[in-house]
Amino acid sequence: MGALFVREVRLGLRSGAGILIGVLFFLAVIAVVPFGVGPDLKLLARIGAAMLWIGALLATLLGLDRLFQADRDDGSLDLLIMASERHLLTLTVLVKCLAHWTVSVLPLVVASPLLGLFMNMEPAAIGATTATLLVGTPAITLIGAVGAAVAVSLPRGGLLVSVIVLPLTVPVLIFGVSASYGAVEDPAPFLAPFLILAAITLFFAVLGPLAAAAALKSSAD
Amino acid sequence: MSETVSKTGRWIDWANPTRFMSFAGVILPWLAGLTLIVLAGGLWMSMQAPDDYQQGATVKIMFIHVPFAWLSMMCYTIMTIAALGTLVWRHPLADVSAKAAAPIGAVFTALALITGSLWGKPMWGTWWVWDARLTSVFVLFLMYLGIIALTRAMDDPAKSARATAILTLVGFINIPIIKFSVDWWNTLHQPASVFRMGGSTIDGSLLRPLLVMAIGFTLLFFTLHLMAMRNEIWRRRVVAMRRVAARNADRGPVQ
Amino acid sequence: MSSHAGFVIAAYGVSFIALAGLIGWVFIDQRLQNRALRQLESRGVRRRSEGKGAQP
Repeated sequence: MGALFVREVRLGLRSGAGILIGVLFFLAVIAVVPFGVGPDLKLLARIGAAMLWIGALLATLLGLDRLFQADRDDGSLDLLIMASERHLLTLTVLVKCLAHWTVSVLPLVVASPLLGLFMNMEPAAIGATTATLLVGTPAITLIGAVGAAVAVSLPRGGLLVSVIVLPLTVPVLIFGVSASYGAVEDPAPFLAPFLILAAITLFFAVLGPLAAAAALKSSAD
Repeated sequence: MSETVSKTGRWIDWANPTRFMSFAGVILPWLAGLTLIVLAGGLWMSMQAPDDYQQGATVKIMFIHVPFAWLSMMCYTIMTIAALGTLVWRHPLADVSAKAAAPIGAVFTALALITGSLWGKPMWGTWWVWDARLTSVFVLFLMYLGIIALTRAMDDPAKSARATAILTLVGFINIPIIKFSVDWWNTLHQPASVFRMGGSTIDGSLLRPLLVMAIGFTLLFFTLHLMAMRNEIWRRRVVAMRRVAARNADRGPVQ
Repeated sequence: MSSHAGFVIAAYGVSFIALAGLIGWVFIDQRLQNRALRQLESRGVRRRSEGKGAQP
């Protein structure tokens, strides 16, 4: 499993353009927001956390369809499925998701404080948003794995994956943004939504790979 | 496929599409007739129902809005059971049922949203409130659309069946989480003025037409669902026969 | 309260149109599939299950 993780990360890093495009997309989305709502710094600071979350959500969805499709194209997906007698396929999918998250989503989390500055956010808000993104984005990847696995046999599943996955990510978005606001606005709590967010991530760490593995198996036979 | 069918024992009566077709052929006229009678009665009772002292004539929208909302949830539950049928028992009709139910459920969900919106405009003064209930139903509608998109995107029914079943199940497990999160989000943001309709008790003069309408629309749903299932089986037969025809045509010149 | 009658009529109207569309779609689909089946049958194509004597 460790070897698989290293292989996945290395493969992801080799096609470095993918990571860059994800971060660039994130940057572009955030850069467009002021043009849409106007350069009012107070307003930007108020919606900043939400915009960062939506940008990260979209950027995460962008790369999801490649999660299994690259492996399917070169045939290694069949090998992974055939090896499921020795390694649990669910575990393999989980490792693949983690590797995908490390390569293409972690850069987004790293870039988010910088983008938070663009949105004129307070340091506390930036810190909270980055922390919630760190905890919450794995859930998006794990839910997305189900969508990617379900649509793996489709030639152009990218848009379909986004359509399928977006409604399911509503809870992640809600708790991520509420926790980010909770850190700045006084009456709103921070810890409660943050812990619920962590719970959602852990929950999907079980459900996502299970469902994705089942979908991959059925797509193979 | 035939081995799995024989294993399921008494389910075999329903697993055989031909037997299902004859069953549907017998029951459909009765079901359709009953639907017409109950719906007509329900409509008449709705027209006769007195206006609510608070909501006036708009209370009549309730008689269709509530059944639509109820059906939008029942349809998803049926699709979930069908998904289990596809994945666990490999029931050949389960996938037909799920595929046929999805568009009908989507239409009922859309109607629940539209009628709710038309009810909200005179009552709340706005077409749309990001109220917890409305938002949850809206997310449910999006999920229906995603499932429909997935079923229509794949040509091979066997493959799309399992993929759709998995997606439906994941969605069903997600519904409580979405409901919980939307409730949380809603209490956090405190919408300006939301008319609470859950708390008020409904008078019998309004409850009776509502009940009849709910039964009528449920019957309508089952009628449409059975017909759509029958269409889907026919469609698959046509595809299978076209394939046979193409094979025969290929073989033709050789003979 | 008559000002609200428009909303009631609109709600019922939209529901009626949408459901009529749904019912119409089901019927049109049914007719299309049946026509295709009859055409194929008239061309002498049979389903495999029919060939095995499941039916007379």
